[in-house]
Amino acid sequence: MSTQAWTFTFVGFTFALYLTIAWLARVRDTRGFYVAGRGVPAMANGMATASDWMSASSFISMAGLISVMGYAGGVYLMGWTGGYVLLALLLAPYLRKFGHYTVPDFVGDRFNSDTARVVSVMCALFICFVYVSGQMRGVGVVFSRFLEVDINVGVMIGMAIVFVYATLGGMKSITWTQVAQYWVLITAFLIVAIAIAIKLTGIPVPSLAMGSTLEPEYASGQQAVYLLDRLNQIHADLGFSSYTEPFTGSWDKVNVFMVTLAMMCGTAGLPHVIVRFYTVKTVQAARWSAMWALFFIAILYVTAPATAAFARFFMIESLNGATEQTLPGWYDSWEQTGLILWLDNGDGVVLHSNRDDNEIFRNGSLNPAELTDIRVSHQQWLDSDGANGDDGRETLRELGLSAPDNDIILLATPEMAELASWIIALVAAGGLAAALSTASGLLLVISSGVAHDLFYRVYKPDAPDSQRLLVGRTVIAIAVVIAGVIGIFPPGFVSEVVAFAFGLAASSLFPVLLMGIFSKRVGTVPAICGMIVGITFTASYIIAWRYFGMAPWTFGFLEQGINPQGIGVIGMLLNFGVTIALTPLFPGPSKEAQAMIDSVREPEGFGPAARIEQSVDH
Amino acid sequence: MNEANESSLEARLKESLDRYWRSNLRVMAALLCLWAFVGLGCGILFADWLNQFKLPFTGFPLGFWFAQQGSIVVFVICILIYCLAMNRLDAKHHQERIDIERGEA
Repeated sequence: MSTQAWTFTFVGFTFALYLTIAWLARVRDTRGFYVAGRGVPAMANGMATASDWMSASSFISMAGLISVMGYAGGVYLMGWTGGYVLLALLLAPYLRKFGHYTVPDFVGDRFNSDTARVVSVMCALFICFVYVSGQMRGVGVVFSRFLEVDINVGVMIGMAIVFVYATLGGMKSITWTQVAQYWVLITAFLIVAIAIAIKLTGIPVPSLAMGSTLEPEYASGQQAVYLLDRLNQIHADLGFSSYTEPFTGSWDKVNVFMVTLAMMCGTAGLPHVIVRFYTVKTVQAARWSAMWALFFIAILYVTAPATAAFARFFMIESLNGATEQTLPGWYDSWEQTGLILWLDNGDGVVLHSNRDDNEIFRNGSLNPAELTDIRVSHQQWLDSDGANGDDGRETLRELGLSAPDNDIILLATPEMAELASWIIALVAAGGLAAALSTASGLLLVISSGVAHDLFYRVYKPDAPDSQRLLVGRTVIAIAVVIAGVIGIFPPGFVSEVVAFAFGLAASSLFPVLLMGIFSKRVGTVPAICGMIVGITFTASYIIAWRYFGMAPWTFGFLEQGINPQGIGVIGMLLNFGVTIALTPLFPGPSKEAQAMIDSVREPEGFGPAARIEQSVDH
Repeated sequence: MNEANESSLEARLKESLDRYWRSNLRVMAALLCLWAFVGLGCGILFADWLNQFKLPFTGFPLGFWFAQQGSIVVFVICILIYCLAMNRLDAKHHQERIDIERGEA
């Protein structure tokens, strides 16, 4: 069977599986719809959280990013896992003890204000739409690369699938499909990593193989050379910065620190992750599910840097010195997609370096006609010995299109490792699982934000359950469509968009939740001002940098400006600062709000809050 | 039960709850220090210095290893310790609570 046939089989099979689970887990009330009836076991919730968490960018783009970033790739690895420590220790148990449906629920009740509720809904919606557009795009990317379907058709197919299972079963269907999706994506990721680890080092555990010596056939005559040492050597020879040395290029210590911290605090403030802790039975289960979630995430996250290093090594080794005839098979198959291009300097031998003699590029956002022009002009330049035409290498370098596209690292690794075609198909199914699971989790938050927080809590508190459920389903349906539209007209490439969502979450929801739990003094007005200042500052910095060409700030003493991905830290500090500065000027929380803080802090098993299970909804 | 007794019962319960909350904060603070030391410290702030060493028996420069694998493993352990410590704290508080209520009855 061809790769494409296998891919259709796997994708079809997994989609059928998700829809079956969704049908079996369909729900009839809002409790099932928003918090899966609070009946999810800790380990299953951990698994669902893990796949909710690991998005298209974790699965498809992260390994590629790390492989070009080297040490600095750690900002994503540490940032996207370290946040769980904050979540588990500072937020999850308390929010579960509080026990309502959404993040704005907590903010609204704790600060006893519908304004606070609405502001936090707005923050949550903004974050989720930014994040979900990246996921829908990811679905489209997988479809277009593996099935040669148009990217927009791919987005629509993804929308249709999420539409069915999210409207049918809400959180309950989403949770159990996410459990299934976790297995699909982790299997796909590990099989590839293990295969390539064995090929390069003979050790079947990728994260250990990364630190061991190369098999003799790859060591180019040296005795027992470590993979990482060899990689550093190759990098040095070709003018790339060292793979393992920290703080090279624009990634200085300040930026690595800021971006990592923004990712961590953002992780703890992302509403679609927080709501997962509402779905378990007890506070104790909430703590355990945070542990399981990070454990399941860590399985992929300690493997990803290994995949990145292996693929980096393989790619450079198999490209450099190759000729038209000896180019590896994966090059040919991915050249068609424009993720990788070769413009020769006339000697017929490939050279991928970080200098002006580099011959490997990507098409970026160039359309086929533009690319053909560049190629034609380059050929003229070669034929005329530089008298006519333009050096295409220079043109592409100036456009910032040196080196292949990051996504190729994960997508082409199975072929680099010469794996069977069905494994390549499995990777496609894994990528879709990662994108769909995250998209559905986000869509549920969007739906609950509008239908529960705005419609029910603010606009119509006497709405019957059936009406609330109907509104919930309608909103999720509309949200799927909007997300799809953003996916078709995306504001940037997948991982860039996702990385910004973290800054937004870190600067808005994380501080307000933290102060809501750990301070009995902070009142309504300071909290609202803090949220607004934090998110406005962060969003403005990102937008000004992205769309208005603003240079990153250096504050007069930093050598490198603050990376927009890390600006969330400053936004967060502003949020804390504004709230704390205003607190003495405004009254503290009301008696009820103080009683609520006390009950959230109390251990389980005492006081009225312990019987959330039996209590009526609100 | 007279009024004085009731208020002292309440006071003792409150005291017990305060103790629980303070222990909770201590556990949290200790683990957050570990989190910051390993993740932000070993993985970033001291990474360049740590890179002169290698993780024993492997080819990993130490700072690089912390940034890409070590910190993640420590994070998982961090939450595991938190779960176990909080379960113990919950049980201890539960027992205390039973003792207080019995003693006053």
